[in-house]
Amino acid sequence: MFIWIIKRDLLLAVRRQSDVLITLFFFIIVVSLFPLSVGPEMNLLRTMAPGVVWVAALLASMLSLGRMFSNDYLDGTLEQMLLSPQSLSILVLGKAFAHWIVSGVPLVLMAPVLGIQYDLPFDALLVLTGALLLGTPVLSLIGAIGAALTLGLRGGGVLVSLLVLPLYIPILIFGAGAVEANMAGIAFDAHLSLIGAFLLASLVFAPWAAAASLRVSLE
Amino acid sequence: MAINWFKYSSPASFYTLAGKMIPIFVIAAVIFLVAGLYIGFFVAPTDFQQGEAYRIIFIHVPAAWMSMFLYVVMAFWAAIGLAFNTRLSSMFATAIAPTGAMFTFLALWTGALWGKPMWGTWWVWDARLTSELILFFLYIGFMSLQAAIDDPRRADKAGAIIAIVGVVNIPIIYFSVQWWNTLHQGASVSINQAPAMASTMLTGMLVMVLASWMYSIAVILKRVRVIILERESHSAWVTELQKKGAV
Repeated sequence: MFIWIIKRDLLLAVRRQSDVLITLFFFIIVVSLFPLSVGPEMNLLRTMAPGVVWVAALLASMLSLGRMFSNDYLDGTLEQMLLSPQSLSILVLGKAFAHWIVSGVPLVLMAPVLGIQYDLPFDALLVLTGALLLGTPVLSLIGAIGAALTLGLRGGGVLVSLLVLPLYIPILIFGAGAVEANMAGIAFDAHLSLIGAFLLASLVFAPWAAAASLRVSLE
Repeated sequence: MAINWFKYSSPASFYTLAGKMIPIFVIAAVIFLVAGLYIGFFVAPTDFQQGEAYRIIFIHVPAAWMSMFLYVVMAFWAAIGLAFNTRLSSMFATAIAPTGAMFTFLALWTGALWGKPMWGTWWVWDARLTSELILFFLYIGFMSLQAAIDDPRRADKAGAIIAIVGVVNIPIIYFSVQWWNTLHQGASVSINQAPAMASTMLTGMLVMVLASWMYSIAVILKRVRVIILERESHSAWVTELQKKGAV
């Protein structure tokens, strides 16, 4: 079931590639806007880079949350999935995983290139990519709760940002903190361990909460 | 004799009970408020470091305490409503949210007013201030989610889930903000080392806390009554009340 739902969602994403590309280009554009707004001062940009990349990743990941359930909800597939004897949490976990592959992984792959734009040293690029790799699945998992709660509501897209962004804050703090610590020459593994802890905790709790939210939204 | 513990979990009987309780809490709130303000303005001595400006503590600290406490109470009632499907509990959660958000805003606002003369700035990215701000966002999220859903039962349950997720996250957010703050070398000012307080100041503050409690209970009960009327407007007992002209 888990594998099946991932395959299905990925197939759907491959058929509609523009969705994936829109998220990715949104990420690139947001990151590129900052030098234009604060000036091309390299020292300033270098200190800002981790924060800018992380905020942009948060926004990009949130932007695509709406699609996690809404298409299946509109054509009735989601109701059939709810009726199936399989565990709903596993289904949500699969959907969040597919969402991460579609919207998280491209950001992780693109982040080093954007980091070079900001003149980050090589070590910092590695840490940034690693932190994003650990952190973006958490964004998808927490986002699944928000997406499930706002399913089929008017203004759901804006609402989901109000619900989800405050919950993203710890990830943002430690994700950007890891890179900053690395650039300052301090050990950064504590940050990464904490993000890993968030990942494990959200792997356990978020699918369950999102499944409960789906039941509420579809009853 | 068996006591029916659940008598007042029915909105109809709670409506009358709340109606009788509200005046008591209003009177208590007024008494505590007058006493607290009197102690705050006339009895408590001037602080030797902060002068008169410290007196905002009598509003600020109760507001900050209530803001955090009310979120937990709200999440508690929301969770009870979700688990046992009791309508009144969910109505309570809905009624608590605006008061909690109001106190959070008040705490932030008075904090800024206090920060200006003390620290020379309206706002510092201190751990407490930042987490209070995030708490405000959580309240806003809860209220806007409930406002966006037309079906009240679905709004109750969806709100309950986000309130519970929020309450699990509050300690995580608080500690991450605290660590983030220390990593950033911290602001030059700290509110952690509060000087020992004169006992009259403490008394004044605690009386003001009691006043905030009584005020919150009175306002929340009033709001619950309105919500009950709104949701039960189709029921016989509400029609009965309307005929009597009591509503």
